Amino acid sequence: MFKKLMLATAMVLPGNVFADPNPADWDAVLSEAQGQTVYWNAWGGSTTTNDFIAWIGEQAATQGVTLEHVKLTDTADAVTRVLSEKQAGQDADGAIDMIWINGANFAAMKDAGLLFGPFAEQLPNWAYVDKEGKTVQTDFTVPVEGYESPWAMAQVVFMHDTADLPERLGSMQELLDWSVAHPGRFTYPQPPDFLGTTFLKQALVDIIADTSVLQAPATDENYDAVTAPLWDYLDQLTPTLWRQGKVYPATGPAQLQLIADNEVDLAISFSPGEATAAIANEQLPDTVRTFVLEKGTIGNASFVAIPYNSGSKAGAMVVANILLSPQAQVRAQDPNILGYGTVLDMAKLSASDRAAFDALELGIATLSPAELGSVQAEPHPSWMTRIAADWASRYGVAQ
Amino acid sequence: MSLIPNFRLFPTITIGLLIVPVLAGLVWTALPAFGHLPAAGFNGPNLQIFTDLLGWSGFWPSVKLTITTGVLATLLSTLIAMLILSAGAQSGGFQALRRFLSPLLSVPHAAAAFGLAFLIGPSGWIVRLFSPWATGWDRPPDVAIIQDPLGLAMVLGLVIKETPFLFLMGLAALGQTDADRSMAVARALGYGETSGWFKVVFPQVYRQIRLPILAVLAYSLSVVDVALILGPNTPPTLSVLILRWAGDPALDGRLMAAAAAMVQFLIVVLAIGFWRLVEVVGGLLLSRSFAAGRRQPRGRWVSDIGLSVGAILTALVLFGLLILGVWSVAGFWGFPNILPDQTSLKTWARLGPAIVETFADTAVLAAITVGLALVLVVGCLQAEVGQNRRPGAGAMVFLYLPLLVPQTAFLLGLQTMMIQLGFHSGLLPVIIAHLVFVVPYVFVSLSDPFRAWDPRLGVIGAALGHGPVAVLLRLRLPMLLRPILTAAAVGFAVSVGQYLPTLLIGGGRIATLTTEAVALSGGGDRKAIAVWALMQTLAALLPFLAAIVVPAWVWRHRKGV
Repeated sequence: MFKKLMLATAMVLPGNVFADPNPADWDAVLSEAQGQTVYWNAWGGSTTTNDFIAWIGEQAATQGVTLEHVKLTDTADAVTRVLSEKQAGQDADGAIDMIWINGANFAAMKDAGLLFGPFAEQLPNWAYVDKEGKTVQTDFTVPVEGYESPWAMAQVVFMHDTADLPERLGSMQELLDWSVAHPGRFTYPQPPDFLGTTFLKQALVDIIADTSVLQAPATDENYDAVTAPLWDYLDQLTPTLWRQGKVYPATGPAQLQLIADNEVDLAISFSPGEATAAIANEQLPDTVRTFVLEKGTIGNASFVAIPYNSGSKAGAMVVANILLSPQAQVRAQDPNILGYGTVLDMAKLSASDRAAFDALELGIATLSPAELGSVQAEPHPSWMTRIAADWASRYGVAQ
Repeated sequence: MSLIPNFRLFPTITIGLLIVPVLAGLVWTALPAFGHLPAAGFNGPNLQIFTDLLGWSGFWPSVKLTITTGVLATLLSTLIAMLILSAGAQSGGFQALRRFLSPLLSVPHAAAAFGLAFLIGPSGWIVRLFSPWATGWDRPPDVAIIQDPLGLAMVLGLVIKETPFLFLMGLAALGQTDADRSMAVARALGYGETSGWFKVVFPQVYRQIRLPILAVLAYSLSVVDVALILGPNTPPTLSVLILRWAGDPALDGRLMAAAAAMVQFLIVVLAIGFWRLVEVVGGLLLSRSFAAGRRQPRGRWVSDIGLSVGAILTALVLFGLLILGVWSVAGFWGFPNILPDQTSLKTWARLGPAIVETFADTAVLAAITVGLALVLVVGCLQAEVGQNRRPGAGAMVFLYLPLLVPQTAFLLGLQTMMIQLGFHSGLLPVIIAHLVFVVPYVFVSLSDPFRAWDPRLGVIGAALGHGPVAVLLRLRLPMLLRPILTAAAVGFAVSVGQYLPTLLIGGGRIATLTTEAVALSGGGDRKAIAVWALMQTLAALLPFLAAIVVPAWVWRHRKGV
């Protein structure tokens, strides 16, 4: 028994298996990553995203890393998994090597010390990232500090089927007026789905006069007063929703099917290119277009983070770096593939890479950067946590 | 001598394998439910979590929904299955249904539920068929036909799967009753076919399928995938809430999930107790009415209703699968078109590589699990031969224990426990979790044919100088090839259909056709769902096909095996 233990120790120590890779020494990261398998836990509800991740896997394979996409229904599942592993004392080789994450989940994991880092700003392709123009160093107001690496920009747009709803709606109030006039033709994903909570945030940001209060954490003192207009708004909107608000679609993509079936005419999206990609994919009728609100819409970045107990941190960093490569970014931005906004700064790219971005057609339902207009900041995560819980007890129990 | 396996150990090992994960899982779920999770800084025991849970506005509606859907589904499935059985083996409709219902049993719950949703939903195929020419609808009606607040669509989704199960269990039980002669006596005494059947045969059948019915009850009260696909979501049933809370990044979510899982366990225990009470009271009332001797000579129509309902349920599943097939090759398909605007193989081509890989993983997982289950079950049955006695009622309850305890109640704790024991997520823990559900079904389907084997053949083998192991391996098992393959096919279908054990115990790293299909359910991409659900069905059906084809080929030069 002792012999076995000593043998095990001897085998472990020289190789220093449990030491974390040093992100600054990229050659060492690359060689350590050889042969590693990276389990990327990413929301798997959208087939176009799944296909893109599969393509990233092919790129990773050329660098000696095997990428496995663990398809989540809710990113919070991955957070829970890492948390229960920490509780159980499994501090090495956990089930998850990388998570597609942002907002409240990132805040919770960073707060609980569940993340590896800082690593993001040491990745070679970080040099191309647009640090000034895009919100890649704060995530829902929480400082990133290198604990997650950005890979896509998202901004709220509304998809409308012009065959039934030709006009663009300029504000949340106009949306309400339209829904009252045309009951049963609008719905939103059920919170706590991220797109559902995004709809609530978008409504709040659009209907309150002063949004600066949302940049600081919610307090017991200000929460009720600040959110009161939102509940008034939802009390009016809910009876006019699809199924009178008794049923909600589970996720964002579920709304695509509802538009295709002509059940609803309007849906929220967090990806300006989603509608074009879905038309190309034969999931939406080609009469769908998108619009943003006059005061602008909420925008944020999607990131990848590495759990503290991943056994393939080097491999995960290689994948995070691939995600930031101009080739991957131009593919993600292609509206026929994914239509996600790039996080890169065009001015920092080589002429040929820039030309690849310029060559992209916007697609019939995608707004140009100018049309997308100003981006509204994400509120601090504490607002969303409270609003989602309140939403569940107000509207999530309609019976 | 030491080379001969000691078969007496098999029942102990098997029962241990079934009850240890269940009981340990329950304990590990109970601790956080009572506020005890020291690793996260919660030191109980206390009742705070239950106070929070009971105070939540969605709790009682969810409990009510869970109980009404679960009990209604069980009542309807049992009633329909018994009505079909009462029609009698002689009727043509019965034989036709029997041929269809058996393969239906292997259609995974999730695939059947998807098919049903695509068929009966407001934008489903039935509405399309009659729109707009008959209904006047050029948009789908804004009515919650599926995900209805009462959960009726979910009940239907359960009934289409549980009725074939209870029917086939009843059919097997029928073989062990003296049905034909009992009916002859009843007829001679002037009782009608249906009323006679319910008075003399039903009590004999019911006694034998009591445990399967209770298993259906426990399953229906805790099902996850069907509830996710067809059930309401404001609020959903308790098991969906548990899953949702278990995934909450905030720590108290896990505690809420554990407490709700305990409530669900209690609901199932009470429901089983209540069902037993109804059995006793109903038995007393029925025997009084039977003894009264009232004849209802006509009444054939009652069985005919059973046959018709059975035919409708069969049609729902088959047409559901057909619609899945159409969706899988659809291009854009707008409402109210009956057929897709364009067809293409794009979805198959796009998902093909991923599906091939997942199909292989699913098959390997199921094959290993079923192989182990067969060894255990044959070992247990062979132990009976040595001891010349059958397992008592107590042992049968152990066998059914994993099917009687709601999955959510023990899998949640089992997950935490396995991580703490150092079982990293991977294939082995998932195989163990699958075994817990596969072994009971393999045992139930293999035990009767195994016991029915003519022992005189064994005596001849022994007289020719062969030991019990050689008799088992060279005579009994080869001759039982067909039932063994059938049992394996049942086990395979059970393994393929497992959602929660694969998801929770596999830590997301083990992807099967079922976990992938259900993960897509939220996304609503019907084309992708259709492809996954069809492959899931195929994975479960192929072994049944093999169970028919392989023995026919192997025994092509033999008669009567």
